[in-house]
Amino acid sequence: MSKTSTGLITRAVGSPIRRLRKGVTMGLTVMAAGLLSGCSVLSRGFLGAAGPVAAAERHEFYLVGAVMLLVIGPVLLLTPLIAWHYRLANTKSAFRPQWGFSWILEGLIWIPPTIIVIVLAVFLVDDTVRLDPYRPLSPGLSPLQVQAVSLDWKWLFIYPDQHIASVNQLILPAGRPVHVSLTSGTVMQSLLMPQLAGQILAMAGMTTQLNFAISQPGTYWGENAQYNGAGFDKQKFQVLGVNPVDFNRWVASSRQTPRLLDDAAYRTLSRESVLSQPVTFGSVEPGLFAKIVHQAIRPGYLRQHEDANSHG
Amino acid sequence: MTFWHILLGRLTWDSLVFVEAWRNPTISEIIGGLAGGVAVLGAALLFGLITILGRWRYLWTVWLTSLDHKKIGIMYMVFAVIMLCRALIEAVLMRTQQAIAINNPGLVAPDHFAQLFSTHGTIMVFFVGMPLLTGLMNFVMPLQIGSRDVAFPYMNSISLWLTVGGGIMMMASLVVGKFSTGGWSGYPPYTELAFNGGVGPDYWIWAVSLSSLGAMMTGINFAVTVYKFRSPGMRWMRLPLFTWTTLCTAILMIFAMPPLTVATLLLAADRYLGMHFFTNDLGGNVMNFVNLFWLFGHPEVYILILPAFGVYSEVVSAFSSKELYGYTSLVIATMVIAILSFTVWLHHFFTMGQSAGVNSFFGIATMLIGIPTGVKIYDWIWTMFWGEVRFSTSMLFSIAFMITFVIGGMTGIILATPPLDYLVHNTLFLVAHFHNMLIPGTLYGVIAGYYYWFPKAFGFRLSEKWGRIAFVCWVPGFYLAFMPLYVMGASGVARRTQELFDPALRPWVIAAEIGALLLLAGLASLFIQLYVSIRQRHTTRVPVGDPWDARGLEWSMSAPPPEYNFAVIPQVSRRDPFHWQKINNGAYKPADHYRDIEVPKNSMCGVLIGLGMTACFTGLVWHMWWLAVCGFTFSLGTAIARSFMRDVRRTIPAAEVEAQHRRWLETTAAALPIPRHLEMTPENEGLAKWQG
Repeated sequence: MSKTSTGLITRAVGSPIRRLRKGVTMGLTVMAAGLLSGCSVLSRGFLGAAGPVAAAERHEFYLVGAVMLLVIGPVLLLTPLIAWHYRLANTKSAFRPQWGFSWILEGLIWIPPTIIVIVLAVFLVDDTVRLDPYRPLSPGLSPLQVQAVSLDWKWLFIYPDQHIASVNQLILPAGRPVHVSLTSGTVMQSLLMPQLAGQILAMAGMTTQLNFAISQPGTYWGENAQYNGAGFDKQKFQVLGVNPVDFNRWVASSRQTPRLLDDAAYRTLSRESVLSQPVTFGSVEPGLFAKIVHQAIRPGYLRQHEDANSHG
Repeated sequence: MTFWHILLGRLTWDSLVFVEAWRNPTISEIIGGLAGGVAVLGAALLFGLITILGRWRYLWTVWLTSLDHKKIGIMYMVFAVIMLCRALIEAVLMRTQQAIAINNPGLVAPDHFAQLFSTHGTIMVFFVGMPLLTGLMNFVMPLQIGSRDVAFPYMNSISLWLTVGGGIMMMASLVVGKFSTGGWSGYPPYTELAFNGGVGPDYWIWAVSLSSLGAMMTGINFAVTVYKFRSPGMRWMRLPLFTWTTLCTAILMIFAMPPLTVATLLLAADRYLGMHFFTNDLGGNVMNFVNLFWLFGHPEVYILILPAFGVYSEVVSAFSSKELYGYTSLVIATMVIAILSFTVWLHHFFTMGQSAGVNSFFGIATMLIGIPTGVKIYDWIWTMFWGEVRFSTSMLFSIAFMITFVIGGMTGIILATPPLDYLVHNTLFLVAHFHNMLIPGTLYGVIAGYYYWFPKAFGFRLSEKWGRIAFVCWVPGFYLAFMPLYVMGASGVARRTQELFDPALRPWVIAAEIGALLLLAGLASLFIQLYVSIRQRHTTRVPVGDPWDARGLEWSMSAPPPEYNFAVIPQVSRRDPFHWQKINNGAYKPADHYRDIEVPKNSMCGVLIGLGMTACFTGLVWHMWWLAVCGFTFSLGTAIARSFMRDVRRTIPAAEVEAQHRRWLETTAAALPIPRHLEMTPENEGLAKWQG
């Protein structure tokens, strides 16, 4: 009763209070709007998933997040509530300083979290196997093969079946699975295309693999996420999803480019540099990727560092 | 080979940051030059001040050469706070850079930025987090188990001075030469000769090696102390929780530091001896480094967290005026965490291309750690239940920790799920996550422990008002600084990014920048708190030594404690021994008879060995081979010479012990017992009016 009446009094008295409240509401609205517009950056990431792999991972993200909210919710509520209720000044709350154990609580503390972890573990195994980057997407469809080589500070993409290559631009047919083999021509790097697939590391002398697909034509982006020196921030590239007809057209026109990617061109390309424009190679020496993996080509960086040493 | 070349190795005028800033006065170089200047001026000022005040003798005889675990603990913390100032300023500089550098080169050049994140991480882990906690454990643990010192006081001093030596090397890298740009984890092949020929990675290798040697010896020391130096009756299940976490941390240090030392030494072998452990060619394999590094790195996470868990257990119990809820559960949870921490290291590189089966195994192992960690949080909540909670600074930080830490736990489970890790690994999401664990976990824990045990160490309380101001900076500061990083990381922004390309990120980087500044204000308020508290110490003295009506043996002697800790080694008959002594009228009683007490004499050997090894490693960094040989020979010679010294202990006669004890009992008799709601008032002289 008393609560209602104070509420009424506040309302009756309070034109300044009402104004204040209005102001606060407006402020909150503006802040929320700002936050929401700021949140638009999230669409650059996996929340703006544009392929089946990223979409499945996003789904799992929501699922794990929701389950975890169940776990942390009680802590977020109980901690301030109990601390405040049992404050020293509250003489009405019970005080039992010698109480330190209860089987019921022990059960509540240990068993539900264990069950939640078991549930999450089942999801985890299932999803880890299903979304294994090495696993082909749809066994029936033959994937487009791409060989990715990480360099300082650019990405080289070789299309072995099309015999062309591009640097800092990945053009792919939407709707068709893509299989990427990765290696590094230099230090360890990580290929991340947030809207399309999770990342996988590229290491010299080794090949790693990544399977993904683009659902709809569009412009996406990719980057190296593992720090590799001064040009690291600029090692970003465009991923263009195009329809299959346009892809074939692009391949045909790329083949007209006179540039050949052979040992010598690779040695130049693998020197430390940031490219201002993507580059296309109209033909690629067969077996180049294998040679890079087996380190049969002397990478450019070695020469560069020797030069630096002899000068310094 | 000229004479100068042999003498100075790789060191030239150009190695000085000032010369670089003079020749090439860009903003980035000037910032570097200023930082070097501050380091040099700071050191010069400190030396000058000590000389003018004529305090060298005092400093040397009372502090630097001391083998007293309490003084070594305090020195660890002072050292760590100095390093914290640098690393936090670096963090603010990095955030400022990102806030400015949206399609804009910003303040610091890419190479300089890389040094900033590398030194920030290396310092925060090895020279802030670990020494802060090692300091707390050093001070508190022997007092809690009723011991007069740690098991090996002289080794304790060596550990301290090796760690300080690493810190000196970190500071030297501000002035001469450039630090590594390879991050705190220093992954090859980037840190190999082929890609980074300078002194940077060598600075990292040797500074970290000093710290890891020191930490391993600390681990041995603490473990043996808990095993062998407990007072009679202090059985395992009567140990205070902080001692339990110290023991687990010590075990982790013993087993986790060697893989790191092996990894850094193998990398050094690559760089110095032309070997190929982790190079790209001739059979080297980076995966071996990554495995060794995280075999250390994951237990390291718990080295940084477990002692803080111990602090929370003590603080929440004391300030809830209540027995700890679920003691057995907490002990089991601590041990389980310590063991599991060795089974999860692979989750740091889910993206390296191993099979789904391997990734699943380590993902599940990681999630399992969530269970005992959750149990701990609930145990602290139920400790407050049916209690009388006092919102002191310690308690405020503990509550903020519980709430904030579970948010980090949630993102931790996300990162433990391999397909989700593929998405956010190496992004700012990961950076946000581990800061979400380490700032509320380690840092709030250290602040809570510092506030809680400070009166014991120095005999007066810290200012409550400035503690609250610090709280208002540290907690919102954390949220402002790191919640935006979750958003940016989920948007695909890679960590260690010096320049951003999307203007839509601007609100987030600016929020993070404001948060970073708030955190800096938090650090400043801790300094002000210390200054204000020293100024008003006459009104906050607690000579009786039990200002919070607390429960462990560390509260059962005067504040500050006598150098031998206990006039008489206490007999322990149950958990929370001092609490029960108070209840049963067993506290503050003279002993039947007093004995002579032996304490270790001060020794300069620890300082000499630490500085000798620092000289050796600095010589290795700069290829001054003569210095390396001399430094090592000097340290080894000191260690051998010391082993022949027989006169290393000093006896305090029983009469003196008795006199001191009786003086303290007189103070106690004259003091007014204070009920809990008056504990923040000047009336609190450290004698609690206890309740059953």
